[in-house]
Amino acid sequence: MSSPIYFDYAATTPVDPRVAQKMSDCLLAEGNFGNSASRSHKFGWEAEEAIEIARRQVADLINADPREIVWTSGATESDNLAIKGIAHFYQSRGKHIITSKIEHKAVLDSCRQLEREGFEVTYLEPDSKGIISPEVVNEAIREDTILVSLMHVNNEIGVITDIGAIGELCRSKKVFFHVDAAQSVGKVDIDVAAMKIDLLSSCAHKIYGPKGIGILYVSRKPRVRLEAQMHGGGHERGMRSGTLATHQIVGMGEAFRIAKEEMHAENDRIMALKQRLWDGLSDMEEVFINGSPEQRVPGNLNVSFNFVEGESLIMSLNDLAVSSGSACTSASLEPSYVLRALGLNDEMAHSSLRFSIGRFTTEENVDFAIGKIRAAVEKLRELSPLWDMYKDGVDLDSIEWAAH
Amino acid sequence: MAYSDKVLDHYENPRNVGKMDAQDDTVGTGMVGAPACGDVMRLQIKVGDDGVIQDAKFKTYGCGSAIASSSLLTEWVKGRTLDEAASIKNTEIAEELALPPVKIHCSVLAEDAIKAAVKDFKEKHSA
Repeated sequence: MSSPIYFDYAATTPVDPRVAQKMSDCLLAEGNFGNSASRSHKFGWEAEEAIEIARRQVADLINADPREIVWTSGATESDNLAIKGIAHFYQSRGKHIITSKIEHKAVLDSCRQLEREGFEVTYLEPDSKGIISPEVVNEAIREDTILVSLMHVNNEIGVITDIGAIGELCRSKKVFFHVDAAQSVGKVDIDVAAMKIDLLSSCAHKIYGPKGIGILYVSRKPRVRLEAQMHGGGHERGMRSGTLATHQIVGMGEAFRIAKEEMHAENDRIMALKQRLWDGLSDMEEVFINGSPEQRVPGNLNVSFNFVEGESLIMSLNDLAVSSGSACTSASLEPSYVLRALGLNDEMAHSSLRFSIGRFTTEENVDFAIGKIRAAVEKLRELSPLWDMYKDGVDLDSIEWAAH
Repeated sequence: MAYSDKVLDHYENPRNVGKMDAQDDTVGTGMVGAPACGDVMRLQIKVGDDGVIQDAKFKTYGCGSAIASSSLLTEWVKGRTLDEAASIKNTEIAEELALPPVKIHCSVLAEDAIKAAVKDFKEKHSA
């Protein structure tokens, strides 16, 4: 077993070997290297054909029409294009946008930019399990609301939003609905037609495709129009100009094809691994799952180890590649805004780790991780004055701490 | 983030981990930081009749640099007088451990901890 062992599939994934093979076929002189916009020769035609096959593969996974798929550089670009594109195109209808406090920064920062331009944004609060309910969305919709933008699956806690119910609601109120599905494609079933989604962002690198490629699904029926961000040759129906990256696109298509074929079996396997990991940790004192344990993607386990600080825990776990809700590595010292929005206090947020399990995780990996985590938590609790106080029955909330 | 060898050494083998009886007259206790900020240090010193620190113990909740700063401090204060110990500067700790700029606050916290422990001891004996 090579070390460190990767438990950060929610950050990114390695490319599946089948995907890498398809991609490498599109690079060299003897391969499919042409510019799909070249209409006058075979090189261009072949590139275009490969891209259209990939477009269908991507569309198939989310039950879209291939003509509704716009290639982008990734989910961040897709989020920007969807949110700013809708806002700018439809601002004469209204200038109110609804999103949530636990969105990815690509959504939050796009909304902040629109606020600077004079739009008004409502940031919905999740409940303590990390769920944004259709009722909360319903209450926030106003006469001048033009867009609701919510994530399907949260990147930190893996909690699943009831997109179908919110889609129904938005359609009935004639408000556009954008879904950031970066963390959900290939893990949760998506049907953009049945779920009444107008726009959907996704990317390849979270499901064993390459980095640097994503899509924005833009509904044709009902027709959704956007103001483009990238101007140029009028590629992608004018919504996103730029020569198409054949190898990236073909890679994304293959990754989505594999996901469609294998996701249900894969989900079962990954769910069992997650359960094994949690079973190995849950008997320790003061260990908690963050976010709904049930309404959640199989691969995500976000856990707070009370009285242990996340960064030092990661330091002890140098044989494991995991992510922390403690942001002490940054200058801000602010812990995860997602966990804070769930109502966790700062110390519980500082004490959290996100384990994300994926295609290449094994039982052996999980068992190894359990041993390492238990040893690290025990060691750090021995070092922790907060653990001492907890053991002595001191209520930590009763102490007046001097914030620094 | 890459840690210096000295931080790693103190983190892997922390010196003087432990707890003294805070009610003991010969003990001074300094607890600084806040859980919400991700750092809490408890530093305790045992002081002889001659005003020299005979022993020191710590426990720290915080990142590796915070643990290393307090571990190092317990080594440094032993054998020093109260005034000498209270005059240790955070910059000396930061320099010894080669802390990066975002971790300077860990050394500041360690300086605050020893000052608080000395203050606590002096207050016990001022009556």
